[in-house]
Amino acid sequence: MTPQTRFSGGFTDAPVQAAHAFRAAMTVMARPGEIRQLVGATPPEGLSVAAGTLLLTLSDPDTGVYLAGAADSPAVRQWLTFHTGAPLVPAAQADFAVGLWQDLMPLEQYRIGTPEYPDRSATLIVECGVLHQSGATLRGPGIRDTARLALPDVAALQANSDLYPLGCDFFFTCGDTVAALPRSTRIEPKG
Amino acid sequence: MADQTKIANGDRRAWLGLLARAPAEALAALWSDYGARPEFQWLRTPEIGGVMVRGRAGGTGAPFNLGEMTVTRCALVLPDGTEGHGYVQGRDKTHAETAALIDALMQTGDADAVRAKILEPLTRQVQAARSARAAKAAATKVEFFTMVRGEDQ
Repeated sequence: MTPQTRFSGGFTDAPVQAAHAFRAAMTVMARPGEIRQLVGATPPEGLSVAAGTLLLTLSDPDTGVYLAGAADSPAVRQWLTFHTGAPLVPAAQADFAVGLWQDLMPLEQYRIGTPEYPDRSATLIVECGVLHQSGATLRGPGIRDTARLALPDVAALQANSDLYPLGCDFFFTCGDTVAALPRSTRIEPKG
Repeated sequence: MADQTKIANGDRRAWLGLLARAPAEALAALWSDYGARPEFQWLRTPEIGGVMVRGRAGGTGAPFNLGEMTVTRCALVLPDGTEGHGYVQGRDKTHAETAALIDALMQTGDADAVRAKILEPLTRQVQAARSARAAKAAATKVEFFTMVRGEDQ
Protein backbone atom coordinates (compact mmCIF):
# COMPACT_ATOMS: atom_id res chain seq x y z
CA MET A 1 0.00 0.00 0.00
CA THR A 2 1.28 3.43 -0.86
CA PRO A 3 -0.42 6.15 1.18
CA GLN A 4 -0.54 9.44 -0.69
CA THR A 5 0.14 12.29 1.66
CA ARG A 6 0.72 15.98 1.12
CA PHE A 7 4.47 15.30 1.15
CA SER A 8 4.59 12.32 -1.23
CA GLY A 9 6.27 12.56 -4.59
CA GLY A 10 9.72 13.89 -3.80
CA PHE A 11 12.95 12.41 -5.15
CA THR A 12 13.43 8.84 -3.94
CA ASP A 13 17.19 8.99 -4.60
CA ALA A 14 17.86 12.71 -4.36
CA PRO A 15 21.57 12.96 -5.32
CA VAL A 16 21.24 10.85 -8.49
CA GLN A 17 17.84 12.12 -9.63
CA ALA A 18 18.72 15.76 -8.98
CA ALA A 19 21.95 15.33 -10.96
CA HIS A 20 20.09 13.81 -13.92
CA ALA A 21 17.48 16.58 -13.78
CA PHE A 22 20.15 19.27 -13.56
CA ARG A 23 21.93 17.79 -16.57
CA ALA A 24 18.69 17.86 -18.58
CA ALA A 25 17.96 21.46 -17.51
CA MET A 26 21.49 22.55 -18.40
CA THR A 27 21.36 20.81 -21.78
CA VAL A 28 18.09 22.40 -22.87
CA MET A 29 19.26 25.84 -21.73
CA ALA A 30 22.55 25.40 -23.62
CA ARG A 31 20.73 24.24 -26.77
CA PRO A 32 17.58 26.32 -27.17
CA GLY A 33 14.89 24.45 -29.08
CA GLU A 34 15.98 21.01 -27.88
CA ILE A 35 13.33 19.04 -26.00
CA ARG A 36 14.39 16.65 -23.24
CA GLN A 37 12.62 14.36 -20.84
CA LEU A 38 12.68 15.46 -17.21
CA VAL A 39 11.37 13.02 -14.61
CA GLY A 40 11.94 12.12 -10.96
CA ALA A 41 9.36 13.94 -8.89
CA THR A 42 5.60 13.41 -8.71
CA PRO A 43 4.27 16.84 -7.75
CA PRO A 44 0.71 17.47 -6.56
CA GLU A 45 -2.11 18.68 -8.83
CA GLY A 46 -1.24 22.02 -10.41
CA LEU A 47 2.35 21.26 -11.42
CA SER A 48 3.57 19.08 -14.29
CA VAL A 49 6.16 16.38 -13.63
CA ALA A 50 8.84 18.39 -15.43
CA ALA A 51 8.04 21.63 -13.60
CA GLY A 52 7.99 19.85 -10.22
CA THR A 53 11.28 18.09 -10.91
CA LEU A 54 12.84 21.36 -12.07
CA LEU A 55 11.75 23.13 -8.87
CA LEU A 56 13.10 20.35 -6.63
CA THR A 57 16.39 20.51 -8.53
CA LEU A 58 16.89 24.27 -8.72
CA SER A 59 15.22 25.85 -5.71
CA ASP A 60 16.46 25.94 -2.13
CA PRO A 61 16.01 28.19 0.93
CA ASP A 62 17.90 30.99 -0.86
CA THR A 63 15.68 31.18 -3.95
CA GLY A 64 12.29 32.87 -3.88
CA VAL A 65 9.59 31.05 -5.84
CA TYR A 66 6.46 32.69 -7.24
CA LEU A 67 3.52 30.40 -7.91
CA ALA A 68 1.06 31.80 -10.47
CA GLY A 69 -2.54 30.82 -11.11
CA ALA A 70 -3.32 27.11 -10.87
CA ALA A 71 0.17 26.38 -9.50
CA ASP A 72 -0.62 28.43 -6.40
CA SER A 73 -2.56 25.85 -4.37
CA PRO A 74 -2.10 24.90 -0.70
CA ALA A 75 -0.99 21.44 -1.83
CA VAL A 76 1.79 22.81 -4.05
CA ARG A 77 2.86 25.31 -1.39
CA GLN A 78 3.18 22.62 1.30
CA TRP A 79 4.89 20.18 -1.03
CA LEU A 80 7.44 22.72 -2.25
CA THR A 81 8.16 24.03 1.25
CA PHE A 82 8.65 20.53 2.65
CA HIS A 83 10.98 19.37 -0.11
CA THR A 84 13.00 22.52 -0.86
CA GLY A 85 12.40 25.06 1.92
CA ALA A 86 12.14 27.74 -0.77
CA PRO A 87 10.35 30.91 0.38
CA LEU A 88 7.20 31.83 -1.58
CA VAL A 89 7.47 35.44 -2.73
CA PRO A 90 5.62 37.96 -4.94
CA ALA A 91 6.48 38.06 -8.65
CA ALA A 92 8.70 41.15 -8.31
CA GLN A 93 11.13 39.34 -5.96
CA ALA A 94 11.03 35.90 -7.53
CA ASP A 95 14.07 33.93 -8.66
CA PHE A 96 11.78 31.30 -10.14
CA ALA A 97 8.19 31.74 -11.28
CA VAL A 98 5.93 28.83 -12.25
CA GLY A 99 2.57 28.74 -13.98
CA LEU A 100 0.71 28.97 -17.26
CA TRP A 101 1.84 31.72 -19.64
CA GLN A 102 -1.33 33.79 -19.19
CA ASP A 103 -1.07 33.49 -15.39
CA LEU A 104 2.57 34.58 -15.38
CA MET A 105 2.00 37.74 -17.43
CA PRO A 106 2.81 40.64 -17.51
CA LEU A 107 6.47 39.93 -18.15
CA GLU A 108 7.51 43.40 -16.93
CA GLN A 109 6.84 42.47 -13.29
CA TYR A 110 9.84 40.13 -13.06
CA ARG A 111 13.39 41.06 -12.21
CA ILE A 112 15.65 41.38 -15.27
CA GLY A 113 18.93 41.88 -13.39
CA THR A 114 21.14 44.95 -13.35
CA PRO A 115 24.02 45.87 -15.71
CA GLU A 116 26.49 44.97 -12.91
CA TYR A 117 24.65 41.75 -11.98
CA PRO A 118 22.62 40.49 -14.96
CA ASP A 119 22.29 37.15 -13.14
CA ARG A 120 19.93 38.71 -10.58
CA SER A 121 16.97 38.03 -12.82
CA ALA A 122 14.00 35.70 -12.75
CA THR A 123 13.76 32.33 -14.46
CA LEU A 124 10.22 31.55 -15.60
CA ILE A 125 8.98 27.96 -15.73
CA VAL A 126 6.11 28.11 -18.18
CA GLU A 127 3.61 25.25 -18.24
CA CYS A 128 2.54 24.54 -21.82
CA GLY A 129 -0.23 22.44 -23.29
CA VAL A 130 2.03 21.22 -26.08
CA LEU A 131 5.76 21.37 -26.73
CA HIS A 132 6.99 20.81 -30.25
CA GLN A 133 9.76 21.90 -32.58
CA SER A 134 7.80 24.09 -34.98
CA GLY A 135 6.72 27.70 -35.16
CA ALA A 136 9.14 30.49 -34.28
CA THR A 137 12.70 30.30 -35.61
CA LEU A 138 15.52 30.64 -33.08
CA ARG A 139 19.09 31.78 -33.73
CA GLY A 140 21.94 32.47 -31.37
CA PRO A 141 24.44 30.80 -29.03
CA GLY A 142 23.96 27.04 -28.78
CA ILE A 143 22.14 26.77 -32.14
CA ARG A 144 24.11 25.61 -35.21
CA ASP A 145 21.96 27.30 -37.87
CA THR A 146 18.40 27.71 -36.77
CA ALA A 147 16.10 25.86 -34.38
CA ARG A 148 12.35 25.91 -34.08
CA LEU A 149 10.15 25.94 -31.01
CA ALA A 150 6.47 26.63 -30.46
CA LEU A 151 6.38 29.74 -28.25
CA PRO A 152 3.38 31.14 -26.36
CA ASP A 153 3.88 34.84 -27.21
CA VAL A 154 6.58 35.65 -29.76
CA ALA A 155 6.31 39.45 -29.43
CA ALA A 156 6.79 39.45 -25.65
CA LEU A 157 9.73 37.03 -25.89
CA GLN A 158 11.34 39.12 -28.65
CA ALA A 159 11.05 42.19 -26.42
CA ASN A 160 12.72 40.18 -23.63
CA SER A 161 15.62 39.12 -25.86
CA ASP A 162 16.09 42.78 -26.93
CA LEU A 163 16.99 43.53 -23.28
CA TYR A 164 20.09 41.30 -23.57
CA PRO A 165 22.32 41.08 -21.49
CA LEU A 166 19.44 41.72 -19.10
CA GLY A 167 16.11 39.89 -19.21
CA CYS A 168 14.46 36.70 -18.02
CA ASP A 169 15.22 33.11 -19.00
CA PHE A 170 12.49 30.60 -19.74
CA PHE A 171 11.89 26.90 -19.28
CA PHE A 172 8.86 25.47 -21.09
CA THR A 173 7.43 22.35 -19.52
CA CYS A 174 4.75 20.01 -20.78
CA GLY A 175 4.08 16.76 -18.93
CA ASP A 176 7.51 15.21 -18.46
CA THR A 177 9.30 17.16 -21.22
CA VAL A 178 11.22 20.40 -21.02
CA ALA A 179 12.67 22.96 -23.43
CA ALA A 180 14.32 26.29 -22.72
CA LEU A 181 14.80 29.74 -24.15
CA PRO A 182 17.65 31.84 -22.72
CA ARG A 183 17.64 35.62 -23.17
CA SER A 184 20.55 35.34 -25.63
CA THR A 185 18.42 33.65 -28.32
CA ARG A 186 17.12 35.81 -31.17
CA ILE A 187 13.57 35.01 -32.24
CA GLU A 188 11.93 35.39 -35.66
CA PRO A 189 8.18 34.79 -35.86
CA LYS A 190 8.31 32.51 -38.97
CA GLY A 191 11.37 31.10 -40.68
CA MET B 1 -4.66 8.59 10.19
CA ALA B 2 -3.71 10.54 13.26
CA ASP B 3 -5.90 13.40 14.35
CA GLN B 4 -3.32 16.16 14.62
CA THR B 5 -5.64 18.37 16.65
CA LYS B 6 -5.62 15.97 19.58
CA ILE B 7 -1.85 16.04 20.05
CA ALA B 8 -0.57 19.00 21.96
CA ASN B 9 2.39 20.72 20.31
CA GLY B 10 4.21 20.78 23.62
CA ASP B 11 3.96 16.99 23.99
CA ARG B 12 5.26 16.38 20.51
CA ARG B 13 8.07 18.87 20.99
CA ALA B 14 9.02 17.06 24.19
CA TRP B 15 9.28 13.62 22.63
CA LEU B 16 10.99 14.86 19.46
CA GLY B 17 13.49 16.75 21.60
CA LEU B 18 14.13 13.68 23.72
CA LEU B 19 14.64 11.50 20.60
CA ALA B 20 16.95 14.09 19.05
CA ARG B 21 19.22 14.36 22.09
CA ALA B 22 19.16 10.74 23.27
CA PRO B 23 22.25 8.63 22.61
CA ALA B 24 21.74 6.49 19.49
CA GLU B 25 22.77 3.25 21.25
CA ALA B 26 20.33 3.73 24.11
CA LEU B 27 17.46 4.36 21.70
CA ALA B 28 18.46 1.43 19.48
CA ALA B 29 18.46 -0.92 22.50
CA LEU B 30 15.00 0.18 23.63
CA TRP B 31 13.66 0.04 20.07
CA SER B 32 14.87 -3.53 19.56
CA ASP B 33 13.22 -4.51 22.88
CA TYR B 34 9.96 -2.90 21.74
CA GLY B 35 9.65 -5.56 19.04
CA ALA B 36 7.02 -4.29 16.60
CA ARG B 37 8.38 -3.12 13.26
CA PRO B 38 5.68 -1.13 11.45
CA GLU B 39 5.79 -0.89 7.67
CA PHE B 40 6.41 2.55 6.25
CA GLN B 41 7.24 4.51 3.12
CA TRP B 42 9.85 7.24 2.87
CA LEU B 43 8.78 10.80 2.31
CA ARG B 44 12.37 11.95 2.67
CA THR B 45 15.16 9.41 2.92
CA PRO B 46 17.66 10.04 5.75
CA GLU B 47 20.03 12.84 4.87
CA ILE B 48 22.91 14.37 6.79
CA GLY B 49 23.37 18.10 7.04
CA GLY B 50 24.50 20.88 9.32
CA VAL B 51 22.49 23.36 11.32
CA MET B 52 23.66 26.52 13.03
CA VAL B 53 22.94 26.34 16.74
CA ARG B 54 22.10 29.72 18.18
CA GLY B 55 22.25 30.75 21.78
CA ARG B 56 21.38 33.75 23.88
CA ALA B 57 23.84 35.22 26.35
CA GLY B 58 22.48 34.46 29.80
CA GLY B 59 19.40 32.86 28.22
CA THR B 60 17.77 36.24 27.53
CA GLY B 61 20.39 38.37 25.76
CA ALA B 62 20.99 38.99 22.09
CA PRO B 63 21.16 35.82 19.96
CA PHE B 64 24.55 34.72 18.70
CA ASN B 65 25.77 31.80 16.61
CA LEU B 66 27.12 29.18 18.97
CA GLY B 67 28.41 26.85 16.27
CA GLU B 68 27.40 24.31 13.69
CA MET B 69 26.31 20.80 14.52
CA THR B 70 25.68 17.75 12.37
CA VAL B 71 22.06 16.70 12.08
CA THR B 72 20.40 13.77 10.35
CA ARG B 73 16.78 14.08 9.31
CA CYS B 74 14.16 11.96 7.58
CA ALA B 75 10.40 11.78 7.16
CA LEU B 76 8.21 8.76 6.60
CA VAL B 77 4.57 7.75 6.43
CA LEU B 78 2.83 4.72 7.91
CA PRO B 79 0.31 2.71 5.82
CA ASP B 80 -2.58 4.56 7.55
CA GLY B 81 -1.20 7.93 6.44
CA THR B 82 0.40 9.03 9.71
CA GLU B 83 3.52 11.09 9.10
CA GLY B 84 6.58 10.82 11.28
CA HIS B 85 9.56 13.15 11.29
CA GLY B 86 12.98 12.46 12.74
CA TYR B 87 15.63 15.09 13.38
CA VAL B 88 18.53 13.77 15.44
CA GLN B 89 22.02 14.90 16.32
CA GLY B 90 24.92 13.12 14.68
CA ARG B 91 25.31 11.10 11.49
CA ASP B 92 23.39 7.94 12.43
CA LYS B 93 20.71 7.33 9.78
CA THR B 94 19.18 4.43 11.74
CA HIS B 95 18.79 6.77 14.69
CA ALA B 96 16.83 9.23 12.53
CA GLU B 97 14.69 6.42 11.11
CA THR B 98 13.89 5.11 14.61
CA ALA B 99 13.05 8.60 15.82
CA ALA B 100 10.69 9.17 12.88
CA LEU B 101 8.99 5.80 13.44
CA ILE B 102 8.50 6.55 17.13
CA ASP B 103 7.14 10.00 16.25
CA ALA B 104 4.64 8.38 13.88
CA LEU B 105 3.65 5.67 16.39
CA MET B 106 3.14 8.30 19.09
CA GLN B 107 0.36 9.75 16.93
CA THR B 108 -1.42 6.39 16.61
CA GLY B 109 -3.20 4.07 19.04
CA ASP B 110 0.16 2.59 20.06
CA ALA B 111 1.14 5.84 21.80
CA ASP B 112 0.71 4.54 25.37
CA ALA B 113 2.74 1.38 24.70
CA VAL B 114 5.51 3.37 23.03
CA ARG B 115 5.54 5.88 25.85
CA ALA B 116 5.78 3.18 28.52
CA LYS B 117 8.33 0.99 26.75
CA ILE B 118 10.58 3.56 25.07
CA LEU B 119 10.08 7.19 26.00
CA GLU B 120 9.84 6.81 29.77
CA PRO B 121 12.87 4.50 30.16
CA LEU B 122 14.77 6.78 27.79
CA THR B 123 13.84 9.86 29.84
CA ARG B 124 15.10 8.10 32.99
CA GLN B 125 18.38 7.14 31.29
CA VAL B 126 18.97 10.65 29.96
CA GLN B 127 18.06 12.13 33.34
CA ALA B 128 20.41 9.70 35.16
CA ALA B 129 23.26 10.57 32.81
CA ARG B 130 22.66 14.27 33.39
CA SER B 131 22.57 13.96 37.15
CA ALA B 132 25.71 11.79 37.16
CA ARG B 133 27.52 14.40 35.12
CA ALA B 134 26.19 17.22 37.28
CA ALA B 135 27.25 15.34 40.43
CA LYS B 136 30.76 14.87 39.02
CA ALA B 137 30.98 18.54 38.21
CA ALA B 138 29.58 19.53 41.60
CA ALA B 139 32.33 17.53 43.33
CA THR B 140 34.95 19.81 41.80
CA LYS B 141 33.20 23.00 42.83
CA VAL B 142 35.41 25.46 44.64
CA GLU B 143 33.92 28.00 47.02
CA PHE B 144 35.76 31.29 47.07
CA PHE B 145 35.33 33.56 50.05
CA THR B 146 37.12 36.50 51.54
CA MET B 147 37.66 37.14 55.21
CA VAL B 148 36.36 40.44 56.42
CA ARG B 149 39.48 42.36 57.35
CA GLY B 150 37.87 45.47 58.70
CA GLU B 151 39.49 47.83 56.20
CA ASP B 152 36.22 49.01 54.69
CA GLN B 153 34.94 50.58 57.87
